[in-house]
Amino acid sequence: MALEKITEVVGTGVFVPGDAIDTDRIIPARYMKCVTFDGLGEHLFYDVRKNEDGSDKEHPLNDSRYSDATILLSGDNFGCGSSREHAPQALYRYGFRGIVAESFAEIFFGNCTTLGIPCFCASKEEIARIASAVEADPTLAITMDVSAREIRFAGETVSITMRETAHSSLINGKWDAIGELLEAKEDVIAVSKELPYFAG
Amino acid sequence: MSMGKNLFQKVWDAHTVRKLSNGETQLLIGTHLIHEVTSPQAFGMIRDLGLKVAYPHRTFATVDHIVPTDQRVQPFADPLADAMITELDNNCKEFGVTYFDIASGDQGIIHVVGPEQGITQPGTTIACGDSHTSTHGAFGAIAFGIGTTQIRDVLATQTMALSPMKVRRINVNGHLKPGVYAKDVILHIIRLWGVNGGTGFAYEYGGDVVDRFTMEERMTVCNMSIEGGARVGYVNPDETTFAYLKGRRYSPAEGEAWDKAVESWKSFASDADCSYDDVVNIKAEDIAPTVTWGINPGQAITIVDNIPTPESVSAEEKDITQEALDYMQLPAGEPIAGIPIDVAFIGSCTNGRLSDFIEAAEYLKGHKVASGIKALAVPGSQRVDVLCKEKGLDKIFEEAGFEWREAGCSMCLAMNPDKLIGQQLCASSSNRNFKGRQGSPTGRTILMSPVMVVAAAVTGKISDAREVFDVKELAEI
Ligand code: SF4
Repeated sequence: MALEKITEVVGTGVFVPGDAIDTDRIIPARYMKCVTFDGLGEHLFYDVRKNEDGSDKEHPLNDSRYSDATILLSGDNFGCGSSREHAPQALYRYGFRGIVAESFAEIFFGNCTTLGIPCFCASKEEIARIASAVEADPTLAITMDVSAREIRFAGETVSITMRETAHSSLINGKWDAIGELLEAKEDVIAVSKELPYFAG
Repeated sequence: MSMGKNLFQKVWDAHTVRKLSNGETQLLIGTHLIHEVTSPQAFGMIRDLGLKVAYPHRTFATVDHIVPTDQRVQPFADPLADAMITELDNNCKEFGVTYFDIASGDQGIIHVVGPEQGITQPGTTIACGDSHTSTHGAFGAIAFGIGTTQIRDVLATQTMALSPMKVRRINVNGHLKPGVYAKDVILHIIRLWGVNGGTGFAYEYGGDVVDRFTMEERMTVCNMSIEGGARVGYVNPDETTFAYLKGRRYSPAEGEAWDKAVESWKSFASDADCSYDDVVNIKAEDIAPTVTWGINPGQAITIVDNIPTPESVSAEEKDITQEALDYMQLPAGEPIAGIPIDVAFIGSCTNGRLSDFIEAAEYLKGHKVASGIKALAVPGSQRVDVLCKEKGLDKIFEEAGFEWREAGCSMCLAMNPDKLIGQQLCASSSNRNFKGRQGSPTGRTILMSPVMVVAAAVTGKISDAREVFDVKELAEI
């Protein structure tokens, strides 16, 4: 299966401040009552964006200046909590193509990579610097350069960290593992034969 | 130089298929557990790709998240919930997967069902589209939550791509004081290292307290590993593990098969001379009944503590402390004991097993739920329900003023009719106190042990169960 090589994401950004933004907040559980992922985007961050009567709360995603943003900036331990892929799916379907945070929860990070969404780690100070540039000019173009492990904006460069395996998967177009996993049928049989419980 | 290996390394090596081009390992998943919320899209994906379930006999399904706990006959009042259950039913039929449905008498929360059926076994790899899959590590399995695309991978290939984790050994030694439970141990651990202290690690729990723990207590601890950031938590298999598994439906048959299995299970336990990436020690005597006060499970204090103030915490924690105080509407600097509650909930994959209800009933007996409090007791599985009823526990709960419900996730999360309303505050035996977790966008959750929930239910406020019930000295000392 030939996949696109994800070497960079270019777009405008939006800063959603806060630490430990969990997957329940990203997509409240009641919107997971679905048998496809279609339509999840509209419920992204629903409870922090909307009042109970459906009117808007104050939230960066309700600010029309950022409505075209494709790069999400946030804080520490982003995506903690449940393993629901509905969270990255909602982000993707809303339009986000890359995320920059101080750190990511592990399952969330893996789920994003599998969808081809690069997750960059940067320091609080650097993220604040990018966020203030975005605040000053919401149309500012930001480049998440996966290959070079850096973010460029307004002539500035911020270096980032990213797990090696995820980096390699994205730039080599191997972020969806299924093609490679399917190749190893014989090896799987061999390993499973060594495990008495597997035969059932 | 130590030569031995820890359990994680042994299980990992035994299940390694090969190295992938990005450096990750293709890992064989021995046991795949699925439920109605995260699997339908995965079945859709394999259908779209024209693939089949590679090893249908290694996948087991049940319904838990969305299933109503009162009205159990389909169609359910919620058409979306009904559609999801029908979808799971159809997928299991189409692909030949074992499905513990409501009619089977074996339905329940997937992390309760796997162990009680004997599906969860030592030395295995277990994956499930649910972060609390770490629960199964109590048996000495490497068990972790996965996303839907990985469910697709496991369905289609019985393998997935993963990198090995580091292993942190957590020793809990000494004796737990009266009124302190497994739930307090894990809340204490999460409190010490925070909600991402375990990122990149598998937690190996040990020490004499964990050695003495029953399987249900070990499950409670392993269950919440993920709340401390560790995707995997496990306990080495021992005689307690084997005794639990003996005679269960999917356990090896007694006789030769059993003896061989036990021998193999023992071989997976960490070697005495193995090394760990980190070792930490906790004194059991330092652990007190613990409750959360904030919006993540790391924001916890003991029942005799005061709610933090933004000034009392470190600079990095200031913002999240303020955010939590604003959301929880709790008085900073004041005692947590005495905060009025609206709802009491006993259940979930953390504390919805037989021993949880036995323990809670022992203290609840002869008391009444305070007026105006909605109190729910929800067994984690239909089997737990039957066992509780055999002991008459349901009657004790009902006489006290609890509603005794049918098995499911219930009020642990907001996908079925059991939900908080408005800003209600819930004393809950579940595992997550995130904003909106229990169904109302402004609902508030305080996590604690089942006995502490009972104390809150009968007093109508967050209370120290040791005072309310005059908790007796521990028999085991
Ligand atoms: S009881 Fe709660 S945490 Fe456990 S599986 Fe159900 S929803 Fe998830």
